[in-house]
Amino acid sequence: MRYLPKSPAERQQMLSAIGVSSIDELFAPIPAQFRLTRDLAIPPQMAESEIVDWFRERANENATGFNILLGAGAYNHYRPLVIDSLISRGEWFTAYTPYQPEIAQGTLQAIFEFQTMICELTGMEVANASMYDGSTGAAEAVMMAIRITGRTEAILARSVHPEYREVIATYAKYQGLPLTEVAFTDNGRVDLAALDAAITPQTACVLIQSPNFFGTIEDVAAIADVVHAKGALLIVSIAEALSLAIVRPPAEADIVSLEAQSFGVPLSYGGPYAGVIATREKFIRQIPGRLVGQTTDRNGKRGFVLTLSTREQHIRREKATSNICTNQALVALMVNIYMDVYGRNGLRELAEQNLAKAAYARKTLGANAKVLFEGAPRFNEFVLQTSEDSYEISHRLASKNKIIGGFPLRKFYPELGNAAVWCATELTSKSAIDEAASEVNQAPVALPTFQREVKL
Amino acid sequence: MSDKDIKKVTTNISQNEGLIFEHSSPGKKAYRLRQLDVPAVDAAAELGSAMRTEAAALPEVSEVEIIRHFTRLSTWNYAVDHGMYPLGSCTMKYNPRVNEVVARLESIAGAHPYQPEQSAQGVLRIMKTLADQLIEITGMDAITLQPAAGAHGELTGILLMRAYLESKGNPRKKVLIPDSAHGTNPATAAMVGYQVENLPSNPSGMVDLAALEAQMNEDVAGLMLTNPNTLGIFDEQIGKIAEILHRKGGLLYMDGANMNALVAKARPGDFGVDVMHLNLHKTFSTPHGGGGPGSGPVACKAHLEPFLPKPIVVETADGKLRLDYDRPQSIGRVRAFFGNFGMHVRALAYIMANGPDGLRQTTEDAVLNANYLRKKLEGTYDLPYATPTMHEVVFSDKLQNKQGIKTGDIAKRLIDYGFHPYTVSFPMVVHGALMIEPTESEPLEELDLFVDAMKSIAQEAINEPELVKNAPHSTRLSRLDETAAARKPILRWKPETN
Repeated sequence: MRYLPKSPAERQQMLSAIGVSSIDELFAPIPAQFRLTRDLAIPPQMAESEIVDWFRERANENATGFNILLGAGAYNHYRPLVIDSLISRGEWFTAYTPYQPEIAQGTLQAIFEFQTMICELTGMEVANASMYDGSTGAAEAVMMAIRITGRTEAILARSVHPEYREVIATYAKYQGLPLTEVAFTDNGRVDLAALDAAITPQTACVLIQSPNFFGTIEDVAAIADVVHAKGALLIVSIAEALSLAIVRPPAEADIVSLEAQSFGVPLSYGGPYAGVIATREKFIRQIPGRLVGQTTDRNGKRGFVLTLSTREQHIRREKATSNICTNQALVALMVNIYMDVYGRNGLRELAEQNLAKAAYARKTLGANAKVLFEGAPRFNEFVLQTSEDSYEISHRLASKNKIIGGFPLRKFYPELGNAAVWCATELTSKSAIDEAASEVNQAPVALPTFQREVKL
Repeated sequence: MSDKDIKKVTTNISQNEGLIFEHSSPGKKAYRLRQLDVPAVDAAAELGSAMRTEAAALPEVSEVEIIRHFTRLSTWNYAVDHGMYPLGSCTMKYNPRVNEVVARLESIAGAHPYQPEQSAQGVLRIMKTLADQLIEITGMDAITLQPAAGAHGELTGILLMRAYLESKGNPRKKVLIPDSAHGTNPATAAMVGYQVENLPSNPSGMVDLAALEAQMNEDVAGLMLTNPNTLGIFDEQIGKIAEILHRKGGLLYMDGANMNALVAKARPGDFGVDVMHLNLHKTFSTPHGGGGPGSGPVACKAHLEPFLPKPIVVETADGKLRLDYDRPQSIGRVRAFFGNFGMHVRALAYIMANGPDGLRQTTEDAVLNANYLRKKLEGTYDLPYATPTMHEVVFSDKLQNKQGIKTGDIAKRLIDYGFHPYTVSFPMVVHGALMIEPTESEPLEELDLFVDAMKSIAQEAINEPELVKNAPHSTRLSRLDETAAARKPILRWKPETN
């Protein structure tokens, strides 16, 4: 086997040194009836070239060379080549969690830079070293708010990514944590009156997303006023990190849970991505996950270490802030490199291009269909309501035009009828938008009236 | 210390490098955007008061500075690519390069999680193939690939147990956890609303069966067992343990952190495990990446299958794959989308490269390496449990304590000898533990260098204890002040204000 660095003679030599005659003696602790005496029923060893061929064949069964007009929590942005060039160094991707800081300063310093950049972008005072992704990060943020406030309920905006809400529901279910949902109005934003009415003295937090699942940017300051007036915390979840380059940061939030995939992380069919939790300094002892802090060595030289680990499971066991152990260090490294490539001005220019592409797409696709939620600002996504079934459109665009169209909303928001959330990024060409629009506009049936049916 | 004692490394210069922010100067850039092919818009008009007015203070640097910055930083890390990385229970094995290549194929890395199923058949086939092969490897009946890491898999597994028991009418109150368990186990049980009850070990380092008999009752949902456990000991009573649990309606959860000792040699599904997680980043060679991403699939027996997170990939009669969301008893989602798919690709490539005989040889070599180290170091270091061990071995610092030297000191001194340290002070059942897992990836010469280094350090502990206590001596930085870091946390860079 080509990954194993031993000759048969060396194996024999080692067995002799140990004082056993065969390898099976070392497996004697496994009771005989539980030992596997046959080959596993999996294919035989494959050559490297066969493995590459097999995966190329699978790749060819996927959409190849398609235009993506779809976001919904996973965004198709350009990935500068230096990212993969750098993270392919073995010193980055074959290292472990930096438990031994003297020989892990590279990883530690990179995470410290990452934490700094996340603070700058979100307007928060501290950020952790990363979470699994935006959905689990949001769930952890809710649990963090419960610990901080000592209250026992949480409110989620219905305009938060449906799969994020499902994950939060799974985490909350067995902790006796009741969740309620708050509606959106016809500009797509959180219904402030409904929110005000929903918050009780037991509400630990309100979680919103901005831009929300419809692409609408929430009025974070106004929501914060309502939430804080009742002593609850505001959590802002952000799935499209690039929006932060041009949208006012959610500085009024108590906790920000960010999905950083937009920053140089491949779509990769949904993962690995990187979540991150940012918050106010006073809450750092309740933050889950790893934190890197600055310190000095015995000679007074600056260095970095994992810190405040008394929050974590390996010390606190069942009293830990979370069971999380792994973070997404290599993905956080991609994010760091991406932010360095674009930097202070480039990120803004990139965001402006997204804004322009989405505005054009909204206008073009909206020529013969109805753009919902006008009346509130959006970043690079918007909801289009059509007379034709959204899945039909999606299917036709994929098979006929090599375009991946908007995300159909019917499954999660039946009240919106035939609606889908579309996305345009800097990679979306004008011609792809025009082509998609010509298909959408072939819609044969008259538009239904928009029914606003929102259930709490 | 003299250089002649250290055979593996020679001190080398490494570049100094500041924080990336310290290279920033207005006007430098590392990008050029495409020409915009649609009309530009006025951000203020589009966004109104929602527009950001002050740019985030991100660095302004050029491409060459980025390359140098991250290359310089990288040289300060120790990695598997440098040499042995014997962190116990972390399974720091070689990360094959073909894994990285296939995960980056354009239509695999570029697949959007919501692209229609008809245009995602390739990625679904990768997930289905991996799922089927992991089921065969574990001897279980069903699997979810959704959990993002080992601890996330534990959460999923305990949720499955709870949902199953609830469907039987009583979720029960407690989970038993051996004193040798990873900290994630009790933290996970608490997240699922269970009280944690400690289960003692017997003098051989295995589960105390009498205690298990006494503690097992209708209030206990189950046991979270790592097998082999964190001492590297395979609990030969496993059949009996499962029987005791099952007799009282409880379930056996296996933490698969140490699955590298079992693959192709024994299957948890054959010895009574109801549900378990795998760590693809340990056993199946996906890279640790400096602390992630991981991937923690959860495999279970048929009685738990209805509760698996949704969706799961299913094959229809015509050979097409689709995502099945119609699972009314599911615990729900544990993560958006489908898990860390990029890690699924890598794990499958690893299994393909190995085949059944390669996986078996891998496991045998992992156990061979650990036992070789045990044999060579026994006597030089205290071995608290004489019980045979599998893929890792745990010593204690008892012999070196006489000179005031602790496991952490020996670990730091190993750095000077060119090795990453073992896992320090864990498991907690051994006072001053040195937990060593070489994995199958180490050649004999590397193992012998490690043995030499450990023996040499043991000598130094007697002859020059201060040398060990103040190690490392050859690194860029000496021991870092972790107390100061925690007392007054500095968690971000700020520009100096004069």
